[in-house]
Amino acid sequence: MTSLAFFVLLLACVVGYWINRRGAQAIRADGQRLHSLASYHGLFSALMILVPVLTLILLWLVLQGPVIDRLTMAALPEGALDGLDSGGLQLVLAEIKSISRGQIFGTPEDWKIAAAEHHVALKARSSALMLGAVIALAAAIMLFARSRVGAEFRARQGVERIVSGLMIFCSTVAIFTTVGIVAALVFETGKFLSLVPLREFLFGLNWEPQIPIREDQIAASGAFGWVPVMLGTLVITVVALTFAVPVGLLSAIYLNEFAPQRLRSVAKPILEILAGVPTVVYGFFAILVVAPAIRSLGTSLGIDVSPNTALAAGSVMGVMLIPFISSFADDALSAVPRALRDGALALGATRAETMLNVLFPAALPGIVGGILLAVSRAIGETMIVVMAAGLIAKLTVNPLDSVTTVTVQIVTLLIGDTSFDNPKTLAAFALGMMLFLVTLVINIFALRIVRKYREAYD
Amino acid sequence: MTDTSSAPNTPPRHGTGAAVQASLARRRRKQIALQACGIGAISIAFLMLFILVASLVSSGYQAFTQTHVTLDVFVDPEEVREERLPRGGFDDVLAASLARMLPDVDTSDRATLRQVERILSNGAQFALRDMVVADPSLIGQTIEITVPVSDPYDQLNKGLIDRETPEENRRLKDEEIAYFDALKESGAISKPFNFGLFTNADSRFPELAGLKGALVGSFWALLTCFVISFPLGIGAAIYLEEFAPKNRVSDFIEVNINNLAAVPSVVFGLLALSVFIGWFGLPRSAPFVGGLTLALMTMPTIIIATRAALKSVPPSIREAALGLGASRQQVVFQHVLPLAMPGILTGTIIGLAQALGETAPLLLIGMNAFITSAASSPFDSATALPTQIFIWADSPERGFVSRTSAAILVLLGFLVTMNAIAIFLRQRFERKW
Amino acid sequence: MNDMTKFDRFVGLNETKISAQGVNVFYGDTHAVKDVSVEIAERAVTAFIGPSGCGKSTFLRCLNRMNDTIDGARVEGQIHLDGEDIYDPKVDPVQLRAKVGMVFQKPNPFPKSIYDNVAYGPRIHGLARNKADLDEIVEKSLRRAAIWDEVKDRLDAPGTGLSGGQQQRLCIARAVATEPEVLLMDEPCSALDPIATAQVEELIDELKRNVSVVIVTHSMQQAARVSQKTAFFHLGTLVEYGDTGQIFTNPKDPRTEAYITGRIG
Repeated sequence: MTSLAFFVLLLACVVGYWINRRGAQAIRADGQRLHSLASYHGLFSALMILVPVLTLILLWLVLQGPVIDRLTMAALPEGALDGLDSGGLQLVLAEIKSISRGQIFGTPEDWKIAAAEHHVALKARSSALMLGAVIALAAAIMLFARSRVGAEFRARQGVERIVSGLMIFCSTVAIFTTVGIVAALVFETGKFLSLVPLREFLFGLNWEPQIPIREDQIAASGAFGWVPVMLGTLVITVVALTFAVPVGLLSAIYLNEFAPQRLRSVAKPILEILAGVPTVVYGFFAILVVAPAIRSLGTSLGIDVSPNTALAAGSVMGVMLIPFISSFADDALSAVPRALRDGALALGATRAETMLNVLFPAALPGIVGGILLAVSRAIGETMIVVMAAGLIAKLTVNPLDSVTTVTVQIVTLLIGDTSFDNPKTLAAFALGMMLFLVTLVINIFALRIVRKYREAYD
Repeated sequence: MTDTSSAPNTPPRHGTGAAVQASLARRRRKQIALQACGIGAISIAFLMLFILVASLVSSGYQAFTQTHVTLDVFVDPEEVREERLPRGGFDDVLAASLARMLPDVDTSDRATLRQVERILSNGAQFALRDMVVADPSLIGQTIEITVPVSDPYDQLNKGLIDRETPEENRRLKDEEIAYFDALKESGAISKPFNFGLFTNADSRFPELAGLKGALVGSFWALLTCFVISFPLGIGAAIYLEEFAPKNRVSDFIEVNINNLAAVPSVVFGLLALSVFIGWFGLPRSAPFVGGLTLALMTMPTIIIATRAALKSVPPSIREAALGLGASRQQVVFQHVLPLAMPGILTGTIIGLAQALGETAPLLLIGMNAFITSAASSPFDSATALPTQIFIWADSPERGFVSRTSAAILVLLGFLVTMNAIAIFLRQRFERKW
Repeated sequence: MNDMTKFDRFVGLNETKISAQGVNVFYGDTHAVKDVSVEIAERAVTAFIGPSGCGKSTFLRCLNRMNDTIDGARVEGQIHLDGEDIYDPKVDPVQLRAKVGMVFQKPNPFPKSIYDNVAYGPRIHGLARNKADLDEIVEKSLRRAAIWDEVKDRLDAPGTGLSGGQQQRLCIARAVATEPEVLLMDEPCSALDPIATAQVEELIDELKRNVSVVIVTHSMQQAARVSQKTAFFHLGTLVEYGDTGQIFTNPKDPRTEAYITGRIG
């Protein structure tokens, strides 16, 4: 049914285009001068149909699910849902839906089967209604558009106005996305904070999100303090940067000033490859190679190393950040005007002195901006830590210990069950909120530094 | 100036030359040290890439072949009856046939038969069942079939199980190794290319697990991502670059886009989970939702690339067209956009390559489910390549280690291809003005 | 003024500081400087003039091997400084550039304080034994560059905050702080206003008492004002070289005459 609606839409656009164009051509054949080209008259009709009808279809598709669900539940016999909480209600609904799809497990009650049939009927009615609405709307617009065709009609301006509107809509999607992120995080975090006090979340030293087993057990005290999770994130970030910053900066310095052209033309693509490797691959690399290597090294030195150390996850994250930092630093160094470099060399500075005393300090703001962006990446990086770091939140700064991070907790809390009313699920959104805020502040700050720096040398 | 100044006054000091000379050795050493550090740093980066690729290849290449055993199966009418199809004792039939190929096996002992049967993959009985169901006349006949062996024997054949290990620490007992050696001696064992890796969907048994479901899921997700992000991204970029007035609103949009490009991917996952699935009621684990999420993440990349491409078209082209009386939109859509297209496509492909490797948001919307059939529409449950890698990396069976590496090699193969296309486009079509 | 110029010319004619023989410079496939031979006199101002793109700046950059820093640039021929081949593999360009300083077309102070700008050369070359020494060098150099009075109260201020003319004089101070024997100036006044130009020209006149100055300039008036010897470059070749007075009043080559009278350029 849905694809039929899209087909009708497409057909209406084509027909509308054709009718209007024919109309305009006929006027022209009569010897009148058209204001706009005939094809603009056609486009006018097609766009006039496309935008509202497509909106109608999408809105209908988004809204019909929840509406049908509500109608189905409302039509259930009295008393069938007595004593069920929201989780129970969802289960009943899910069962009814799966019956309506023909997947029957065990022997459901008769009222559930009846509800499933009702559900199917509602769906069919909704689809039919949508198709009818689509056809009616498309036809109405087509007639309207045809009535506008005339020698004086400014079809091109009409088309351009619609196209402008579409482009403005496209630009605002970025804003909608941000609004969506903020709304989702604020909404779910609000629900979380109604279950767990803010003070406990921000300053609690214990992170043990449990699924409540009994009714009175919800949010056992002290279980949702994010401090150890944050500390773990910091430990891994610090490990990653200790590794990535020197290596990244030194390779940028070398490539920018010393490397022969041929090495540079090989090295830069290789670094780009390193930057393009998906993080899930780095995560597997960490558990396949790095963690065992660190472990056996520790054993040979007589140190007890846990299997998923912060060191393993952090150093692999460091490898991931090397190309990021290196390319940022390289760009910043290249942006320093050649005149400064010449000035230093002409004074008899060696190339190393030119680099360390003149180019590097001049490029420092850009480099710092890049490193800050790398910090924000490290904090928000997910797959490497999900695969290689630990799950238990510990209050430690020892990189040889196993720590957990904000992103690890978000993923582990949300994999599997997702009902939106227990603190375990909602805690993930609260952590997401903190993650979003922290990275947002760092990003804005870093982007501002980088932008200022670019302006200084443009 | 007076005449006295014309006399050769202050003779040039020769201190400079000497001082410079004296400092040279130290300064050269410093330069060499800096260069050495730089070379060291580059080497570390290269070494890491090398170890990464080498470890993946060395653990993954084995998964591109799969040990099979060829056996003559007598479809015993006592075990398999036509009227009871598709049920039947296919496993017993296989075990009995296999036992007959081995010397010194007591075919009447059920425990021994079970042990022999474990040589075959769990999928073997279903393969046989499907053959018989398709052609019931096979009952009572002897047919030759080639089926995968189970994971431990596959590992043994690939040399991944050390025969020197004490028996109690080994996954296969001496007796079982002897069975396999006997089969190998008789020429029944083969190791062809593992087509199953690409034609099978996921499975709990490593020897049967394949990437088809993940490939299809990734395809639907990327298609959705492209269909949404490409027009939206280009539309936004054209508006911001060519039409938007320079005011607070367009500044705000611009800051917004730059920030979105740096928001952690897991946050997009939270958005998708809460808004798309929670509020809009879209299905969980569906590639459509994954693609929608990826589209929001890819859009900033496409916008930034498109704007750069539009910017590189010289203003003279615009002026020429405007001078002929074209409207601003005609100028953009008929002249500027076609000229900027190679750059836009390059940026789009790079953005899609990033989206293909993105994992975290897909995990949050449930694209890490265990699904044993490929999705037939973007609204069916599916996994994607990176989430499949994550699932396999998490699986305890030994055979999944090399499958994971192989899946990563496949993923990297796609990424390299996409990037190569992007580079080709850039070099072939991008013109310098 | 006239007397002094004559005397300087006399001194300059006697001693050769730099001697270039058959110098060719290539940028990739471009032949930028073609077989140039020239002798540069000690403690005199030599001007290189010619239309843009004629290779005069490129040739100037050969004299302290600044072309080494450009990828794909190749220099052939021989250049001797005090009889020593500066392109000899044994010669360290660092050492050479300490002796042959350079001032560029656009003022390029480092984004550091005025003091640090001037002290940079002496610091890297180890010319000062202590802070007092360094202070003295900085003050003397700033005085020689005729900018001391303008900046003595704000030596800690960033050098990039000065006006264009002040920046250029700061760069000259920075260059003379290492006590170079030769100072190459690549159109040092092209980015400056007339007043600043006059200040820099006066400075050049002052500098030639103990430094050989080679200046590339677009302005023939400037060449006539400050130099004792003038070389005219055209399309990569050295067309004519001689005393400034002779070049401007009685050029031997018709191309020189055409340029001076404004027919090519």
